[in-house]
Amino acid sequence: MATEVYVNQKYLGTVDNAALFIEDFKDQRRKGQVEIQANVYHNTITNEIHISSQKGRSLRPLIIVKGGKSLLTEKHIEQLTAGEITWDDLTKQGVIEYLDAGEEENALVAFIEDQITENHTHVEITQGSIVGITTALVPFGNFNPSSRLIIGSKNQKQAIGFYAANYHIRMDMDSNLMHYPQYPIIKTQLHDVTNYAEHPAGQNIVVAIMSYKGYNMEDGVILNKSSVQRGLARSSYFRPVSAELLRYSGGLTDELEIPDKETKGYRTEAEYKFLEEDGIIYPEAKLNEGDVVIGRTSPPRFLNSLDEYNLSVGVRRESSVALKHGERGIADFITLTESEEGNKLIQVRLREERIPEIGDKFTSRHGQKGVVGILIPSADLPFTQSGVTPDLIFTPHGVSSRMTVSHLLELIGAKVGALAARHVDASLFDSEKEVDLRDELSRLGFKEDGTEVMYDGISGKRMVARIYVGNMYYLRLRHMVANKMQSRARGPIQLLTRQPTEGKAREGGLRLGEMEKDTFVAHGATLLLKERFDSDKVSVPVCMKSGLIGYFDGRTKQLKSPIYGDDSDMAYVEMSYAFKLLLNELLSLGIYPHITLKDKF
Amino acid sequence: MKKEIESIIQSYADKLSPFLIEKATQEIPDSVTKKQATQIMDTLVASAVVATVSPGECVGLVSAESIGEPGTQMTLNTFHFAGVAEMNVTVGLPRLIEIFDARKTIKTPMMEVYLKEGKSSLEQIKQFAKFIKETLLPEVLKDVTIDILDQKVIIEIDPNAAADYSLDTKEIAKILKTKLKTFSVVQGEETDKIELSMKSSKSENLKELHNIKVKLKKIKIHGMKGVKQVLPVERNGEYVILTSGSNLKEILAMDDVDSMKTTSNDLYEIEAVLGIEAARSAVIEETVKVIEAQGLNIDIRHIMLVADIMCASGQLKGITRFGVVKDKSSVLARASFETPVKHIFTAAMSGEIDRLQSVVENVMINQPVPLGTGLPSLITKMK
Repeated sequence: MATEVYVNQKYLGTVDNAALFIEDFKDQRRKGQVEIQANVYHNTITNEIHISSQKGRSLRPLIIVKGGKSLLTEKHIEQLTAGEITWDDLTKQGVIEYLDAGEEENALVAFIEDQITENHTHVEITQGSIVGITTALVPFGNFNPSSRLIIGSKNQKQAIGFYAANYHIRMDMDSNLMHYPQYPIIKTQLHDVTNYAEHPAGQNIVVAIMSYKGYNMEDGVILNKSSVQRGLARSSYFRPVSAELLRYSGGLTDELEIPDKETKGYRTEAEYKFLEEDGIIYPEAKLNEGDVVIGRTSPPRFLNSLDEYNLSVGVRRESSVALKHGERGIADFITLTESEEGNKLIQVRLREERIPEIGDKFTSRHGQKGVVGILIPSADLPFTQSGVTPDLIFTPHGVSSRMTVSHLLELIGAKVGALAARHVDASLFDSEKEVDLRDELSRLGFKEDGTEVMYDGISGKRMVARIYVGNMYYLRLRHMVANKMQSRARGPIQLLTRQPTEGKAREGGLRLGEMEKDTFVAHGATLLLKERFDSDKVSVPVCMKSGLIGYFDGRTKQLKSPIYGDDSDMAYVEMSYAFKLLLNELLSLGIYPHITLKDKF
Repeated sequence: MKKEIESIIQSYADKLSPFLIEKATQEIPDSVTKKQATQIMDTLVASAVVATVSPGECVGLVSAESIGEPGTQMTLNTFHFAGVAEMNVTVGLPRLIEIFDARKTIKTPMMEVYLKEGKSSLEQIKQFAKFIKETLLPEVLKDVTIDILDQKVIIEIDPNAAADYSLDTKEIAKILKTKLKTFSVVQGEETDKIELSMKSSKSENLKELHNIKVKLKKIKIHGMKGVKQVLPVERNGEYVILTSGSNLKEILAMDDVDSMKTTSNDLYEIEAVLGIEAARSAVIEETVKVIEAQGLNIDIRHIMLVADIMCASGQLKGITRFGVVKDKSSVLARASFETPVKHIFTAAMSGEIDRLQSVVENVMINQPVPLGTGLPSLITKMK
């Protein structure tokens, strides 16, 4: 049957010999007569040929195989290393081509060159190229379940590191900088290719895999307090505060200054104490919540004709930028510049030193993240025969169910690397062999399985089990408690509903939601439930005649019904303000919600 | 059964439910003495009291949580039968939602067809399965070509495939004639070919011809409506036909079908064909099936309660704003579920009174809910 041909999903015509047609198409593409990014796909089930050349398809480069032989020869590699040819030359010579998801269906790709048979059409450029860049950064990745690989690669994106060498003149929103980042002992080919040494994001530390007083259970980690005091995983957090000086109609502008005491909305004098004459904070000022960073005043809001006679006109409004609730920092770097609209723009970068504390997040590169559960002084930590105390204690229970073998391999590999003073290659499917590493470890005078006898730091007693201890590359992640911690007993409420505000920025409460409510009901804890919802409790006078909500008349000192005035019995009823609001809203819809009261007893 | 023991059992009639009394009469052996009989009955009363739900216990919410929490752990939406490409079943949370919502059209309707004893050998089952399967045109086609010059679509029938359904080219042409009104159907000179050409050949319209080719793929030529796939399987030594697509009414009417065992998973179809009690047990059965397939464990009484609520009105109603929620007496409770404005307006027009007797309303106005510790109240006698 004739095969239908579609170009970019549009029906074009038919061909009689599909295989020949496709072969021809590919040949012409490899010769450069057809765009290299165009792909052809033969759907054998529906017997259709689809040619795609649209944007948005992801393409993957592969080495072409012909007659059971890779087209990339030794000569090519020699030329490449010598710098005589480049990638583009290889694509032009028809050695490498790009496949999309469709054409891949018709291809048979060999994983390594040795596996090529007569039937293969392509071979991978390198084994590691079956995953993306960050995933290839996971050492010994081929020993892991794929899910952990993905988590491991996601974690690395969140690591604090040396993200840019010009960080000190940048105004990044929420940036973190690690103080002493290191290049990993266990590296992969991708670390070389991506110049990881130029922007490392972690540190090589000593890790013991054991439980210790339960502080590292359920994905917790224990940190060595002494190591932290010596600067382990220390980082800085940068955040800009900015103010723009707007121009208003009538030639009025915002002013940069220490506001005058006459200014409307003047704060206390103490809050302006860090400002210099020009209204901008001086560098290295230590700021706390409420302190003004940029002093600014704005012109009065609404000027009408009568205001000309008003003496208080001309009084400017205070519109300084101050630190909000729970914020702190040191003024680090100040710029005066111009905004996109051409207004004067003042930016102040705040700096904060972040020392690892309980609740900060750490991870190895294998999707084994954990939260610091406790910091223990090195004196109290277990130590090895040679007196080494671990920087971090990781729980063995984290490994069994997640099956992250690479985590264990890195530990032993980095131990070898640290002792032999060399880097260990752990590229995907192409790493140094475990046996070799163990042999080397044994030659270096350690037990080949990586375990060591350890002694309890408190009692000095020898531990019954030998502890698996070695080096690992650990990353500090950007999720720190200091940015998230919040509490509230009383605080701001919403204007409309009188319920507590939501969110950390607004000093909000934690909502007891629908499902949480259900648990109270299910336990029959009725009165406890009512008390939890008392946050917007009000007592409103209800008219017993009309069933509407009345009010207290301040002049006559009496309760009044909205319909009958004084001529009605009123009673105070306790309800949530949200319900009172609902009644008001029903009234506004033209619905008359009539509350019928009766005696409680 | 001795008279005196029976009378002892009967003397507990006010303390135990009739079901338990009857059970006791059946189960207690004659050999027991009077004293032993009293002891047995006392123990029975004690355990019955323990097993009884206390007043103020909110069974509905506990059921909801007991079903809802395991629901969060469910994985995998569909389950494929090995070997058959288009045969899959909705399982897990989507299916659970489908059951409790009592959806009119479900994603994967299925039947389990049993044949009467003596007629259910593998060979017979296979033949029957083939007989009921809805067959579409492409299955008997050899080739379809578009003749651009003559503005024709030429289809070639595979006579062997057609013979399997006891059809020939002539009959297929006849079926096509009734299905394709805008085309003229002519059986070609070569016997196995049928030519289709447009009746009103206004202009050269390649697109129209291409469309008809697509349309041809959906024409039914044989079998039972709705039965898209059949899969004979062995289950506990019996042969069963699993079908994708459901048509309970027609299948039960067939002579060879064992109507006692044959079921569908379409709740509305069961209700229509077999009645509300059958629908109730179908709700329970289908729910249990979903939960067990996920390796979860929910006490069946929770599911029975939900099924009871869904069927209590005499017709199947889902847990939706069109179903059981609509029947709630409280305006505020209805409004708090979905589409509040609609409910409030209709209530306002008829002047409904909300007596604030249930849970949701009282949570809304922040009053103690009449459940658990909120249920009893103190009554004092005034002197």
